[in-house]
Order: sequence, then C-alpha cells, then structure tokens
Amino acid sequence: MDYINLFVKSIFIENMIFAYFLGMCSYLAVSKTVKTAVGLGLAVIFVLSITVPINYLLDNYLLKPGAMSWLGEDYAQLDLSFLSFIMFIAVIASMVQLVEMIVEKFAPALYGALGIFLPLIAVNCAILGGSLFMQQKSFASIGESAVYGFGSGIGWLLAILAIAAIREKIAYSNVPAPLRGLGITFIITGLMAIGFMSFMGIKL
Amino acid sequence: MSQPKSNKKPAIFFVAKERESLFSKKNRKLLKDPLDDNNPITVQVLGICSALAITVQLKPAIVMSLSVVAVMAASNVIVSILRNAIPNRIRIIVQLVVVASMVILVDQVLRAFAYDVSKQLSIFIGLIITNCIVMGRLEAFALGNGVWKSFLDGVGNAAGYGFMLIIVAFFRELFGSGKLYGYQVIPDAVYEMGYENNGLMLLSPMALITLGIIIWVQRARNRKLIEKH
Repeated sequence: MDYINLFVKSIFIENMIFAYFLGMCSYLAVSKTVKTAVGLGLAVIFVLSITVPINYLLDNYLLKPGAMSWLGEDYAQLDLSFLSFIMFIAVIASMVQLVEMIVEKFAPALYGALGIFLPLIAVNCAILGGSLFMQQKSFASIGESAVYGFGSGIGWLLAILAIAAIREKIAYSNVPAPLRGLGITFIITGLMAIGFMSFMGIKL
Repeated sequence: MSQPKSNKKPAIFFVAKERESLFSKKNRKLLKDPLDDNNPITVQVLGICSALAITVQLKPAIVMSLSVVAVMAASNVIVSILRNAIPNRIRIIVQLVVVASMVILVDQVLRAFAYDVSKQLSIFIGLIITNCIVMGRLEAFALGNGVWKSFLDGVGNAAGYGFMLIIVAFFRELFGSGKLYGYQVIPDAVYEMGYENNGLMLLSPMALITLGIIIWVQRARNRKLIEKH
C-alpha cells in the first residue's frame, strides 16, 4: 500500500514540473509537437527509474555519515555526503550515455528527432532533482526509491504530453503578439499547475 | 598569463564594474546584453528549472542569484582556461565535473555561514549543477573565447538570471505576504481598510504566471523579441 501511495504522490502531488519546476528547459524546448515530447518523456522515465535506485545504493553504502561501516569499525566515522553532488551527476551522465547508445541502435528515427536533447537529459534538472529528493526523503528501501523514480518520470511525461498537445492546438489561435510562444506557454503551465494542486491531500 | 588568476577572485559583479576602464565597448556589451535583449530566462529560455521554486521570498532569491553568479563566473573562467586541453568527446563530463566542484564549494560555504537560508534552498543549490544556463554558456561561449571575456559573459548571464529571479520574488513576497526581505512594508492601516494578502501568490503556479506576465511586458516594450509562433 505504501508503494501505491508513494507512486500516486510522486506523479500528481509532487509532480516534478508543476510543483518543483524541475526539467523546465527541455519541457519548454521540446514540447512543440506531441511525438518528440513522448520520446523525450520516455527517455526521462527510463533514466530516472535507473539512476534513482543506483544513487540510493551509493548514498546508503558510500556517502551517508556512517554508511561505510560495512568496511569495518575504522570507516564507520566517515561522512562523505559532501561528495554526493559529484557522484550523482557522474552516475547520471554515464547512464545517459548508455541510453543514447541504445536509442541510436534501436530507434534511429527517434534519435534523429530528439537530436541535441538526448545528451542534454544529463543536465535535465528533473533527473538530478529526483536523486537529491531521494536523498532528502531518506527512503526506507531500494524498492521505494525505484517506485519514486518511476513515478516522477511518469509525472514528467504526463506534463510534457499535456503541454505539447495544447501547444499544437494553440498554434492556430490568435494570441496577443508579445505573449506568443514562451509567454503563453508559461501562463498555461501555471494554470495547469493550479489544476494539479487539486490532487493535494489525496491519500491512498 | 597572470591575468586569469586575478580574475577568479572578484566573483561579485560590482568589483568588475569598478574597473570600468578595462571594458571596451564590446566587453561592456557582454555584460549588459543578458540583462534585457538576451536575457537567459525570458529570451534564451535557459535555467528556468531552479529559477522559480525559490522565489516565494526575496532573501532566498538573492542568495540563490549570488550563488549562481559565483558558480558561473568561476566555472566559465576554469573551462575557458582549459578549453584547448579538453577533448571534444568528453567535454560534457569535464564541464559537469568543473561545475559540480564549484557548486560543492558554494554549498559548503552557505552551510557554514548562512545555515538557515541553505536549509530553505534545500536541493536547489545542488541543482545549479544542472541549471541549463551554466552548461549552456559553457558550451556556447567559454569553450570558444578567452578568459576575461568568458568571465564577463558568465557574470552578465548570471546577473540577468538573478535579475529575473529577484523581480519575480519581489512581486510574490509583496503581494503574497505583504513583506519585503522579511520586513513588513504594507502598513497595518491598509489591512484595517479591508486589504488582504493574496495567498495564491505563495503557491508555486503563480511563479509561472508572474513570469509569463513579465515576458509579456518585456516583449511589448521590446518588439524585436516577439516570436512568430
């Protein structure tokens, strides 16, 4: 039951985009058509659900104060948590490299469509944000962290899918000139975020 | 090449401004452009990720802006020094390592000297690493330009970013809680007349809408920024 609760919470209530504005850069840049948006969303889900558990292991067996006690008494005092930024980003960068190679091999069309944004997943705040929130929430087990990563990825996909669909339609409407493009996208995202706030307080 | 080392220290932008004589017209443009015509947030669309979550109050926004100025200036300078030694294929990882080390420094300094604010900013200091504006400027500018120019570019863009952050935070704190920088600015008499704080401004969606309106105002004044679609 805990898992389902965490899953729903990470998708709707703590949505990466609507609650924390993480991953906004690619969210704004790749949301012009639904097709590329879905591709990027899937890549984000994949990378998030791999890197969050890996970083969970790293955090618990290497970085946390006292995490190294499995090596013996002498190491129990060590606190390497100041290294966590650099360790997390290294894991993320190498995972992204892996995903890039897989996509290039098996889905060349998608690879072409995503273009520069695939390597840029490495600097997508949502990915590093997932790992840092995982560290902050101090989950009890690796299962929880995996569910959290997967759920946040799905929330991100939902958000980018919705905005891409809206932007495809809005191209045909008469928006005031200075608001065109970026401005109206921000305002729509804000309104959607208000909508998502109605999920707040749901408990399963 | 003693110049680069002396440049690393004045990570705060008004130090650079005092030495106006060093600035040719072109260099001044590097510093000034990102504030309006080429603003990283409203025009280049970079670095919005961490921009908005910390704009509920003015104080964290200012601390965040200063941190970004420090990180960007330092990492731009370092990458610019190393630019001929970095192999092209692994440049992203090298850049990430440089930026991550700078962010660790800033994070530790904040924890030591401003613990409350550092708690308030929570994970968003760490997220400077993946702030697209840092990586974007490293890729687009520091890899191809000299040290002093990269320094100015870093400071300019970070200041443009901070400028937007502070404007958004100003309106959110003023309308949301009637305070500025933690001090009450709307007098009690106004509240007695029936004025109430707008609680919605404190919620995250209003940051997006505020920014949307700022973009609207900016583009209405500066017509050449208008997008076709």
